[in-house]
Amino acid sequence: MQSMLTLISWGPDGWLDDIAYGVFITISLAAATLPIGLAIGFFVALAKQSDEPSLRLAGNIYTTIFRGLPELLTLFLVYYGVQIGLQSLVQLADPTATIEVNSFVSGMVALGVVFSSYASEVFLSAFRAIPHGQYEGGHAIGLTSFQTMRLVVLPQLVRIALPGLANLWLILLKDTALVSAIGLSDILRQTGIAARVTREPFLFFGLACLIYLVLAIISSFGINAVERSVSRSEVKR
Amino acid sequence: MTVAASQAAAVEPPPPIARNWTRTRIAGHVLVGLWILLGVLLAVYLVTAWNPELFRRYAPTYASGLGVTMTLVVISTLLGALLSIPVAAGRMSRNPVIGGIAYGYVYFFRGTPLLAQTFLIYYGLGSFRPQLDAIGLWTFFREAWYCAVLAFTLNTAAYQAEILRGAIESVGKGQWEGAASLGLTKWQTLRKVILPQALIVALRPYGNELILMIKGSAIVAIITVYDLMGVTRLAFSRSFDFQTYVWAALLYLVLVETLRHATEWIERRITRHLKR
Repeated sequence: MQSMLTLISWGPDGWLDDIAYGVFITISLAAATLPIGLAIGFFVALAKQSDEPSLRLAGNIYTTIFRGLPELLTLFLVYYGVQIGLQSLVQLADPTATIEVNSFVSGMVALGVVFSSYASEVFLSAFRAIPHGQYEGGHAIGLTSFQTMRLVVLPQLVRIALPGLANLWLILLKDTALVSAIGLSDILRQTGIAARVTREPFLFFGLACLIYLVLAIISSFGINAVERSVSRSEVKR
Repeated sequence: MTVAASQAAAVEPPPPIARNWTRTRIAGHVLVGLWILLGVLLAVYLVTAWNPELFRRYAPTYASGLGVTMTLVVISTLLGALLSIPVAAGRMSRNPVIGGIAYGYVYFFRGTPLLAQTFLIYYGLGSFRPQLDAIGLWTFFREAWYCAVLAFTLNTAAYQAEILRGAIESVGKGQWEGAASLGLTKWQTLRKVILPQALIVALRPYGNELILMIKGSAIVAIITVYDLMGVTRLAFSRSFDFQTYVWAALLYLVLVETLRHATEWIERRITRHLKR
């Protein structure tokens, strides 16, 4: 028992400092992916609810592709595909050049497009929940369509979409575990190294699961706080 | 009178509203054009990169990989469906201990990544090798395939339990009371009154869960099971030909889209009596 406590302690004998670094990488990857995914998802949803059929088609193709591919495969497609693509571009100019694509950026892009394709569906159903009269009312008091979107529709949209987006955040947090497969030192990779070196796999992978659980619990506290602050502006009936 | 009637009949419908080239329409056409361009580029890439040697060598392995993926998903989804029944019953139980255990089970398997669960079972149970050896289960846990099936079954059981519970609770309480007043037992009520209504609600989530399982099954490639993703990784590491990944992506897309449309078709069919 003493030895196990040593293994998960901080410092040269223990692995806690390495795992803490993994937690830092996981959280920063998820936090960096979130704004990209939300922004792309919002614009794809905007395209999918427009009156223009070609714009709807373009949005639907995007969702179909990135919702249908396994996340791990998307990650590999981005990681190797971008690397090979850039490599062949650079070698046109300089045949000896080699390019290494950053695995953090690849993870961010891959998880971002997956997140955005799901987020676009959440935003789309939120758009449909907003009555048409809201747009007409905005138009009637002389707002431009951009102002209507920003001042009238968006505040309601956020409130309606929040539960769905919170769910997607929890999924994103779990999906970050996949980047360990392309060599990024996230929680799962760091605990995996510790498990191999110390030959205590159950201890360390169990610890990894517990860390993910704690992150999910902390997230749900944060989500509740956001939901409370957003629902304060709701109309009381 | 007759003249007026014939004139009324001759009135032409209003001309279609002219669709101008607004900014959104231009943007839409540009984006669709971009997708078409990407599709053409992909087709050109696959044609120019076509390699009969590579195809002859890896096409059979892709077929077997696809088979492994589908077997894994079907087996673990069915076993998960069986396991989800007691879990869902536990979640709905009024006994706080049973409810707590079921809640903990569901929370753990839904709150941690499937990859971490798979590692915990495949690598983690290696810590208990002497004990497992003693009860003769080590041969089971040594195989990556069995570990993958176990991890996926436990995982999907948690999700399916929540789907089942949600669907059963979506049926109104009056249905239970009505059936009780007719003298049906609880079991008869569940089977003849509640489930037929609940499963309509549950169909779409079940379809989504199956799709999530197919997509999630790609991670077993990391623990050396040669499913579709596994054979793709193998083919790529031997040939360094990027088209191996592109073919896998196309196969997965076809699989998922077929399943999605099949679910939608079934749903349209079994909800015909609800349409007016």
